[in-house]
Amino acid sequence: MKKLIDKKMTLDKIIDPTLKKVPKIEVKDAKVWYGDFNAIKGIDMEIKSNTVTSFIGPSGCGKSTFLRLFNRMNDYIDGFKVEGKIKINGNNIYSKKVNIEVLRKEIGMVFQKPNPFPKSIFENVAYGLKIQGIKDKKFLNDRVEKALKQADLWNEVKDNLKKSALSLSGGQQQRLCIARALAVEPSIILMDEPTSALDPISTAKIEDLIFELKEKYTIVIVTHNMQQASRISDYTAFFYLGELIEFDKTKKIFTNPEKQQTENYITGRFG
Amino acid sequence: MAKAEYQRDQLNQAGLDMLALCISQLEKAKESFVNHDSDLAEEVLNNENRVNALDLKIEKDCEKFIALFNPVAIDLRFIMAILKINSDLERIADHAYGISKYVVDVDKKIPEHLFKVLEFEKMFETLSSMFENITVAYETKDVKSARKVFKKDKILDTINSNSFKTIEIEIMKDNSIINEALILFSVVKKLERVGDLIKNVAEEIIFYIDAEVIKHQRKK
Repeated sequence: MKKLIDKKMTLDKIIDPTLKKVPKIEVKDAKVWYGDFNAIKGIDMEIKSNTVTSFIGPSGCGKSTFLRLFNRMNDYIDGFKVEGKIKINGNNIYSKKVNIEVLRKEIGMVFQKPNPFPKSIFENVAYGLKIQGIKDKKFLNDRVEKALKQADLWNEVKDNLKKSALSLSGGQQQRLCIARALAVEPSIILMDEPTSALDPISTAKIEDLIFELKEKYTIVIVTHNMQQASRISDYTAFFYLGELIEFDKTKKIFTNPEKQQTENYITGRFG
Repeated sequence: MAKAEYQRDQLNQAGLDMLALCISQLEKAKESFVNHDSDLAEEVLNNENRVNALDLKIEKDCEKFIALFNPVAIDLRFIMAILKINSDLERIADHAYGISKYVVDVDKKIPEHLFKVLEFEKMFETLSSMFENITVAYETKDVKSARKVFKKDKILDTINSNSFKTIEIEIMKDNSIINEALILFSVVKKLERVGDLIKNVAEEIIFYIDAEVIKHQRKK
């Protein structure tokens, strides 16, 4: 099997936690096309380390496309074209030198619908480590336990790690997916509507988790739930028709936004 | 119209009704006090129930709006402002009640010259003008109109701070009016408080429209 991590190709600076001075994520004049359709129309943004940033906006406004730029998830979409600079720790991630697998190890992702593999709970969490070639059992055990604890799932599954992940509830599956993302120790976690398929209790658990994970990770989340954005994020970005209308501290966005469009959207007057 | 928008309009109207009711209560209280009209004073006392009922309704509707519509930004400021304005207006109506209570409880009419020396009419004209300012500000979201009350409130403060000396002089001139003079003195104090409450309402209207907190700032 082709080794996914080519050490020569790793972006050392990407995983260098000492680089605190530069923004964790820096976007300059990002433009995205899907064929002729201009989905993102020149967006600038800086996201600081250890913050939670929410992307809000009506469907089709480009928030998910923009989120997926950070781990190059759009690359496989037909007709996708990107312009501008997207930097992680000061490095352009669209440079030809970038090893995408390494990039995705650094930037974990959680999706709208929980998507555990049809394997055991343990295998799901250890999956990323195993494909990195790690075989040391003790190391794997420790890392799986740590990730499940971080995802607040350990106490619920510790006696049944061999059980199929598919037997877990929706909320547990989503926390398992978070644990799977955490196991490879990324520094950024992208979440694309991670609670939209969950009940309020599971949603609250994920939200608590996001608050706790902020200490170690930089989190960017796409959400349609305005209250969720206001509850969990430090910064909020409002997108509309492929443009970034307003990006500011969440407190400011939800109490006194600068732009009328933002106010109209968050108060439910349009969108 | 969206349900939230409809509820918001209803609350806005209820706030306006409360404002109109409280202005009417204070005007009637003043008329009854100056003319020693106990029938009119009784009307004010009876109307206090309407004020209290409207106060409770607005509070309940605000609670419902917050619970059901999770307001943010201008909607949140609107609800916060309405809650505080409602409470200020209710206290203004309490002062109207207190003034009318004197008319019902005390037999003697206040000597006319006392109203003059204490600039009672000027005080009331100032209050009426302040009420007009906040009504326009509330109805038309006119911040400029709201800001006008701050200067006018100083007229009330001056009259109030002079009132002690004036009353003292009048009592020294004729100590048979002690009781009436003290009642009038206390009514002047109430009207001064009404001025402060109108000022609070103006501050809330400015907060609602401009998201600017001016409370406790202008005193510096």
